[in-house]
Amino acid sequence: MKSLVCMKQVPDTETQIKVNSQGTGIVTEGIKYIINPYDEFSVEEALRLKEKFKQGEVVILTIGPDRCTESIRTALAMGADKGIHINDESLNSADPFVVAQALAAAASQVDYNVIFCGHRAIDDDFAEAGAMLAELLQIPQVTLVTKVEVSDDKTKAIVERDVEGGKETVEVSLPCVLTSQKGLNEPRYASLPGIMKAKKKPIDKKTAADLGITAEARLESREYSMPPERKAGKKLEGMEPPDAAKELVRLLRNEAKVI
Amino acid sequence: MSKVLIYGEIRAGKLKKTAFELASEARRLADGLGGDVAAVVLGPQAEQFAPDLARFGADTVYVVEGPQLDAYNTEYFAQALAQVIREKQPEIVLLSHTMQGKDLAPRTAAKLGIASIADCVSFEIDGGKLVGKRPMYAGKCSAEWVCKGSPQMASARPNVLEAVENPKAGKVEKIAFSPDTGRSTYTTRELSLDTSGKVDLTEAEIIVSGGRGMGGTDYSLLEEMASIFGANAAVGASRAAVDAGWRPHSDQVGQTGKTVCPNLYVACGISGSIQHLAGMGSSKVIVAINKDPEAPIFTKADYGVVGDLFKVVPEMNKELRALLAE
Ligand SMILES: Cc1cc2nc3c(=O)[nH]c(=O)nc-3n(C[C@H](O)[C@H](O)[C@H](O)COP(=O)(O)OP(=O)(O)OC[C@H]3O[C@@H](n4cnc5c(N)ncnc54)[C@H](O)[C@@H]3O)c2cc1C
Ligand SMILES: Nc1ncnc2c1ncn2[C@@H]1O[C@H](COP(=O)(O)O)[C@@H](O)[C@H]1O
Repeated sequence: MKSLVCMKQVPDTETQIKVNSQGTGIVTEGIKYIINPYDEFSVEEALRLKEKFKQGEVVILTIGPDRCTESIRTALAMGADKGIHINDESLNSADPFVVAQALAAAASQVDYNVIFCGHRAIDDDFAEAGAMLAELLQIPQVTLVTKVEVSDDKTKAIVERDVEGGKETVEVSLPCVLTSQKGLNEPRYASLPGIMKAKKKPIDKKTAADLGITAEARLESREYSMPPERKAGKKLEGMEPPDAAKELVRLLRNEAKVI
Repeated sequence: MSKVLIYGEIRAGKLKKTAFELASEARRLADGLGGDVAAVVLGPQAEQFAPDLARFGADTVYVVEGPQLDAYNTEYFAQALAQVIREKQPEIVLLSHTMQGKDLAPRTAAKLGIASIADCVSFEIDGGKLVGKRPMYAGKCSAEWVCKGSPQMASARPNVLEAVENPKAGKVEKIAFSPDTGRSTYTTRELSLDTSGKVDLTEAEIIVSGGRGMGGTDYSLLEEMASIFGANAAVGASRAAVDAGWRPHSDQVGQTGKTVCPNLYVACGISGSIQHLAGMGSSKVIVAINKDPEAPIFTKADYGVVGDLFKVVPEMNKELRALLAE
């Protein structure tokens, strides 16, 4: 069972994001980076599939600057077999279409039964690259996946996905793109032997030219800004619960006018 | 020729409220640009919604039917939408960033060789071009985005844009769907909608959310409050509650859960971690009920009650029931 896992490195969720003084992006100094949490689910699921079939490969595919090597090593330490690191100035802050194009170009150079993406990267929050990648490769997509069962002959999968107000179970032929959602699994931690082994695992470095693509932006950002600061409002303290409840409901109706 | 095309999402036999939000916004944008608004609806019962779309500003309603469109399927819906866009050549295409929209918009965009400005909270026209403002890092900052390709495509966050009636003709035009059945897609085996007609968190107008302070799986106090508020209210949770197994993962609000923006967010027994605040910080009004007066959630809440939620919430429910029964 061969899985290709598209994995993005993103700022730690603890990060206090600040917009730079020109408003062209965020201040990156001092940011600690992590594997996009949804992509971590993907890595785990790919490892479980390989373990279940007792053979196969898990390949990590990342687009991003030098710092991404560290996340790739983390995934290799979890048990993935090798990494592909596309490191090209023209792609490092690309829009989802360009990202999908680069992922597709890299994917077409390797073998896979399934491609995993996260349903969303928690930095830019586009939630687009997975579906776009599937379309560019002309294979089906199943998004927001919480359970995956691959048939013994690896030609199809039964997949559970989140839909509004419930669940949908679908049958999909492989290869396909699955986008991971919370609930899929609990990702493992890298073990110490895993970390040692990861140091010797290969990471293939590539540029846009190696993939034969030129990045032609489809979207362009302007003007980053901070959200309006929320301030502490009225605090009802030291009141008996019935009085506090009465006052709160009154404020919501008469002052905030939301009920 | 239509300037702005919106996708009218139908769910469980009903046109979603987000379609009205989109139609109104499209109307505003098209009036600014000097042009028409068209809506596209897909599926067997779609034509019946034309008058509703007209009421909110659609000049034309394209109806596409076909056996492949009887139930939602990504590939065929994307094909149909892309076909309408190719034939009608709108300058701007708008969808809603709903669960279906997130699945459909990027697939459609990729078919057209473009990308979509996902999850916008406001739009404007600048020099004839669409500018979409969208939160990023789960709302820790936002940025304005423009499209470089054509058509310009964007999706709007549900429950943010205002739906305003503005009646237009809503002339129905049927479009014959020519699907490419050679493309592989999934087939639905089972669709289980567990919550009878309840809104998804991302579309709820009121959210009552519980965290570790709930102390266990019993969320009946919060369920009760949500049901007093009615069909547009939903129950959410913090990650602590989800990871403890008290609530399904789909209830998680926050940076690695759902980003929500209801009119009212009631946080019960939630401390207000940076990840949780990221997901609900753009709610219009935030209420916090927490027994710790120092809980960080109070620094962001419009209204806070310092107290035991198990004492305060039942009293609130009594008050709300009396008030809303009036
Ligand atoms: C990578 C990553 C991603 C994360 N993503 C998310 C996310 O998406 N969403 C999210 O929510 N968290 C997320 N977290 C977790 C986050 O850091 C916090 O741990 C979590 O939000 C805490 O949940 P809580 O507020 O329910 O619990 P706590 O922080 O334990 O707070 C419980 C609160 O309940 C109060 N309380 C207790 N009993 C009562 C009572 N009887 N009446 C009134 N008040 C009471 C306490 O005073 C306390 O303030 C993430 C963490 C990481 C590392
Ligand atoms: N730079 C990248 N490198 C590798 N995978 C990526 C990259 N950007 C996005 N992806 C994949 O696409 C998913 C969705 O990203 P996005 O559309 O940016 O929200 C992520 O969870 C990843 O699986």
